[in-house]
Amino acid sequence: MRSDLAQFELVHAASVREACERLEAGYRPLAGGTDVMVMLSAGKLQQRRWVDVWELDELRGIEVRADSIVLGALTTYTEVRRHEILSREFPMLAQAASETGGIAIQNRGTLGGNIANASPAADSPPALLAYDAEVVLVSLTGTRRVPYATYHTGYKRTVAAPGEIIAQVVLPRAGDRVHYYRKVGPRRAQAISKVCMAACAKKAGQSVASMRIALGGVAPTTVRALEAERAIVAGEPLARVREALARAIAPIDDVRSTALYRRRVAQNLLDELMGHVGLAS
Amino acid sequence: MTDRDPIAFRVNGTPCAPRVHPMGRLLDVLREDLKLTGTKEGCGEGECGACAVLIDGRLVDSCLVPMCQVRGHDVTTIEGLASGSTLSSIQQAFIEHGGAQCGICTPGMILAARELLDRVAHPGEGEIREGLAGNICRCTGYTRIFASVVRAIEIERGGT
Repeated sequence: MRSDLAQFELVHAASVREACERLEAGYRPLAGGTDVMVMLSAGKLQQRRWVDVWELDELRGIEVRADSIVLGALTTYTEVRRHEILSREFPMLAQAASETGGIAIQNRGTLGGNIANASPAADSPPALLAYDAEVVLVSLTGTRRVPYATYHTGYKRTVAAPGEIIAQVVLPRAGDRVHYYRKVGPRRAQAISKVCMAACAKKAGQSVASMRIALGGVAPTTVRALEAERAIVAGEPLARVREALARAIAPIDDVRSTALYRRRVAQNLLDELMGHVGLAS
Repeated sequence: MTDRDPIAFRVNGTPCAPRVHPMGRLLDVLREDLKLTGTKEGCGEGECGACAVLIDGRLVDSCLVPMCQVRGHDVTTIEGLASGSTLSSIQQAFIEHGGAQCGICTPGMILAARELLDRVAHPGEGEIREGLAGNICRCTGYTRIFASVVRAIEIERGGT
């Protein structure tokens, strides 16, 4: 059933401050519409009052700093994948952007929206998690910076207060790393993930000095496999790493896949990752 | 009534200002208010690309664009590609190579191809496939659609 538009309100904000005033009054931000408008069309949009932030230049742009790259929350997937430095230093994010929807979705979908929508099957969050991203939240009372690792508190739940808007995503720049990103969905293009893994390692000779493994689609939120990471760095046998990964995830049966399939694929991706970082057994 | 203020924009170069809800879908305004029914509704959830149009030259799914974000912008629909009775090169190529079967996906396919040709000087196979990946043809006539785009590139960029 299509929604009755008369029940909805969409107002314009001329600044982030004005948008935040609306958020305090119970509105929610609308950016590229690739999630919200789907819910509207399906008649499933519970939230009635929206504030349009799409044209707010304060939330746009990619700034390269000495120690970090700062992305405005309205940075689209197209902008992510076309940015040369971002693509070189954070290739998993560029890959996630290029594998999210088709061109029409990439032209409209935003990084901030992907985070705010908080789907555990979203494609960019595993990359953001593996890269130790931080989220900058702005409200009428100030600005705070939250590690992305603590941003999601449960299924579709986040630390953001109702009056806060995601303004920026900060990616700390790091030296040479090995990157591994793979999304597994029903088809190569325009699909929603069943399982997605993003991992990056710092090598020290033949061993791994540091490891980050993040997974999407296998738990109520995007998750880090911390114990598996430690097992890899400690040089433990693959069987131990696999057990640790199994404990890190809690997949379910749903419309897109089954828990069994997701567990199997997550292990297969781990095996592929191990080969990729030169630790194949 | 504040939520029915006119929203001024241009469609295929012609200014218009329909009085529509700011959260209304561009797709519905094109088809129902402006009677530009060349743009089709497939899935209504951004999966199929049948409703694809260009906003300022960028491909979008018009079912996902709220009207307030169209204000002041240039929208190009399938009706805007031909000049009078002269078809655009992509439309011509789709006819030559049988790129249209039932026709529902065709306007979106052609606009996706238009964006691709405007964005990439000489699109290769991978770029063509990626450029069309967000557009689904339920007749599954992909081979001919692909050939049509290859032909359009030949027409526009020279060659045989």
